[in-house]
Amino acid sequence: MKGKTGRVVKVSGPLVVAENIPQAKMFEMVYVSDKKLFGEIIEIKGDKASIQVYEDTSGIGPGESVYSTGLPLSVELGPGLIGSIYDGVQRPLDELRKEYGNFISRGAYKPALNRGKEWLFEPVVNKGATIKTGNVIGKVQETPVIKHKIIVPNGIEGEIISIIEKKKVTVEDVVARVKTTEGTKEIKLFQKWPVRIARPVLKRLPPVDPLVTGQRVIDAFFPIARGGTACVPGPFGSGKTVVQHQLAKWSDADIIIFVGCGERGNEMTDVLTEFPELKDPRTGRPLMERTVLIANTSNMPVAAREASVFTGITIGEYYRDMGYNVALMADSTSRWAEAMREMSGRLEEMPGEEGYPAYLASRIASFYERAGRVFILGSEEESTLSVIGAVSPPGGDLSDPVVQATLRTVRVFWSLDAQLAYARHFPSLHWLRSYSLYVDMLSDFYKKEMGEEWIGIRQEAMKILRREAELHEMVRLIGIDALSSKDRLIMETARSIREDFLQQNAFMDADTYTSLKKQYRMMKLIHLFNKLAAHALDKNVELDKILSLPVRVEISRAKLVPEKELEKFDAIEEKISSLFNMLVKEVENG
Amino acid sequence: MGKEYVTTREIAGPLLIADHIEGAKYNEIVQIKAADGSIKNGQVLEVDGDRALIQVFEGTAGLNLGGTRVKFLGRGVEVGLSPSILGRIFNGSGIPIDGSSAIIPEKRMNINGNPLNPYARNYPSEFIQTGISAIDGLNTLVRGQKLPIFSGSGLPHAQAAAQIARQAKVLGKEEKFAVVFVAMGITFEEANYFMADFKKTGALERSVMFINLANDPVIERIATPRFGLTVAEYLAFDLGMHVLVILTDMTNYCEALREISAARKEVPGRRGYPGYMYTDLATMYERAGRIKEKEGSITQIPILTMPEDDKTHPIADLTGYITEGQMFLSRNLFQQAIYPPIDVLPSLSRLKDKGIGKGKTREDHADVLNQLFAAYARGREVRELAIVLGVSALTKSDLIFVHYADEFEQEFVKQGEYENRSIEETLDIGWGLLSMFPVGELKRIRPEYIEKYLSRYTTPGEGETKDAD
Repeated sequence: MKGKTGRVVKVSGPLVVAENIPQAKMFEMVYVSDKKLFGEIIEIKGDKASIQVYEDTSGIGPGESVYSTGLPLSVELGPGLIGSIYDGVQRPLDELRKEYGNFISRGAYKPALNRGKEWLFEPVVNKGATIKTGNVIGKVQETPVIKHKIIVPNGIEGEIISIIEKKKVTVEDVVARVKTTEGTKEIKLFQKWPVRIARPVLKRLPPVDPLVTGQRVIDAFFPIARGGTACVPGPFGSGKTVVQHQLAKWSDADIIIFVGCGERGNEMTDVLTEFPELKDPRTGRPLMERTVLIANTSNMPVAAREASVFTGITIGEYYRDMGYNVALMADSTSRWAEAMREMSGRLEEMPGEEGYPAYLASRIASFYERAGRVFILGSEEESTLSVIGAVSPPGGDLSDPVVQATLRTVRVFWSLDAQLAYARHFPSLHWLRSYSLYVDMLSDFYKKEMGEEWIGIRQEAMKILRREAELHEMVRLIGIDALSSKDRLIMETARSIREDFLQQNAFMDADTYTSLKKQYRMMKLIHLFNKLAAHALDKNVELDKILSLPVRVEISRAKLVPEKELEKFDAIEEKISSLFNMLVKEVENG
Repeated sequence: MGKEYVTTREIAGPLLIADHIEGAKYNEIVQIKAADGSIKNGQVLEVDGDRALIQVFEGTAGLNLGGTRVKFLGRGVEVGLSPSILGRIFNGSGIPIDGSSAIIPEKRMNINGNPLNPYARNYPSEFIQTGISAIDGLNTLVRGQKLPIFSGSGLPHAQAAAQIARQAKVLGKEEKFAVVFVAMGITFEEANYFMADFKKTGALERSVMFINLANDPVIERIATPRFGLTVAEYLAFDLGMHVLVILTDMTNYCEALREISAARKEVPGRRGYPGYMYTDLATMYERAGRIKEKEGSITQIPILTMPEDDKTHPIADLTGYITEGQMFLSRNLFQQAIYPPIDVLPSLSRLKDKGIGKGKTREDHADVLNQLFAAYARGREVRELAIVLGVSALTKSDLIFVHYADEFEQEFVKQGEYENRSIEETLDIGWGLLSMFPVGELKRIRPEYIEKYLSRYTTPGEGETKDAD
């Protein structure tokens, strides 16, 4: 083992204190004992350094060696990331299984990027070209849908003195040499980047278009912008994970990073078995060909859980820097915060709220701030990184410090509700408590894509839902009979919005994804029915007659109309119009 | 090794601190000899220089500063394993208490195990028929799942768990099946109930029991479930058996965890439980599952009594965040003499969708499940409304829902302790109940299934005239 050594003096769970590590630096990676357990320095006091160790420390005791590396905790960035499944510190879990068996033993290590695999490198610049950080020097077809751009690593600027021709190379082969002011530098297919530092961009921009998710309640009412941030808090059983999975499946991003942080192992297995079989609605290729998975499940070492979200977002930034639209889902940031709390407790830091460290809010904020729409370095291309974090508040209590700190940062709040989940209303987003601060920013997009009318229809629907909540209180007190026909119609329309539009079955093929066009048509049906019904009431048509119109069944089944047969909506609309015409005529004719 | 230290400096609660120790390792086990010669076991919780902090499993009663001898054994806590472990009963520290001699191990495993690589997992999808309608029909259990029972004191969770252990089977297969039963701080009577039931049904021969009773050392409870789960892993993944693990009562386990945390003067989390309780529970619950290309499986049914029936209590809350669903027992139903008193509304099996349907249970299962559930939710809501407004304020259709909710509890949920219903029977009872609604109300069932199954119970139109009595 290379490197200079220090000695262990204290072991307490994942926290190891060592003394005399030469030139110890904050967030430097070290190896503890000859078992090569790797960890990160998180505190330095005099000649003592506290190390959070990413593996089980059983059997480690004072006197054992600590090897320094001089490098911060970093990830490898290069072709081969897509389709991989990594743990929180980017160890490839599939490779580990091949090498070490079904259980993760200590000290297990394989490089994140396969060293033997060959990629067909295609240069896009010539010898003699001047390049700087962020420029693309070549391309590799990483998956059938993703062209991996080889970008000049940070800090390299100068003239290319040699670049290989189109040929197959491994990630470690040198593809280009650059003459810089600090001598000749080599560029390989991969580079390293410290996870705790955000990758630089040319300029940050405000978001302008939505991340279309195919989930009706989100796209129609609480949209997230590309480059935006959202959080999904909810008690257990409210469907957080299903929402996250749905977003990972159907969001119209180019790259999806899914971070399973301190959650169930079987959920990762679910993703692993399902994604290769599901097809991206835009490209028709398996979803796995655009997905990177980070799995640090709840039984895996807690310190690595703390690192996992940073590992994920760094990979996300790397693809953003190639000009792709990236979306990252972290499930769940509460487990990440708890990992911070555990380490903070072991460091005997003064606790803030509920035992969480005082820097909880700033850590959360700095994580979400790495999202955004940007001009990337080197090419002035535009790209985005969106971040969606699940939060698991204890007892579903939204006053939890993690939820509160998150809400101060994110712009979209999808509040999942246990009562709705009990009533099997999924996704159980509470329409009165959720919000999206992007609605106004995105209105231009909606006007263009869905028509001027859409904004009004959506506002009207929201108004009806609000009114329903008020009426519901009244009904509880005095009974439904006491309501006027108009109010009863509002109740019925609200029910129709809830059941026929907001509810969406993630497990039904026809319903799991809805395009914006179809969302518009569906909502318009409900809107039309409501408008004509209100008109009919004015003409003294009985409410019961309106409510027993069989066309209502067709509205409720509209969600099952296939995306390719949207013209069917025309027929239903016509039917609604003519039925109401008849009703009104009947009354007029006595 | 073999050195004995008499350098105990401090004893507090379950903890002991010894000085001038050479070469102590984190998590290794120690043997502690009291002045009177009695022997206790402990484990190193922290080493700081030459000082070791030790948790004593059997409690520190009788230890003093001068006469206590501490010996470090240089290994973690291990359990000896061989196929002959089946049918045996151990105490909470893995020592046989059934009168037979210790087993001759073929293999020793550390009880903390290693985390299962998520990539090695096989997604659980095999339906387990428990013979209990409220579970099979609405909250289906699958092999490799962890599905806890959220109970309260005085509720029949023991009977329900024993019934599951007795009746659980995978349809159409005869496979090697075993039960690992882990008791943590439960009463002798409750433990005895399980033992007697297992004996009576012949299940004892294919069971392994770890018993830590209410008056056994509290700290021992930290290790007890880990013994059980390590045995389960051996049976499942070395011997290829399908193992059902019953852990009762997790509340006692968590209280033991809190006791150690308090003795260590750690910063407490909610209600005094340590901040790492989520991780600690996860390292046990996550040991359920299946592995690719392996025969066996581990299915866990942890039981916990929620203090004051409060599901936001940290124990229930954290458990719910880790496990794949939960089964709630309801005091209300229990008081109406409904056994098993499973409240299906807050209950949930997250893995059910992959375990039901054609080829697994029956093609109509998912739709029937959704409809039964939705109608019951509506029925309960209306029933509450009726309490406020009076029955006369309800519409005719509301009355059907109230009637349905009552019947659902009586016919579907309620069943005998020894009644083993097949999944067909369960679904047919469901259709029978749904037949009281007009067909138009059955929005969640595909028309073709309504045609195929509902016709067995009703002629068209009959449902609408049927009135609530």
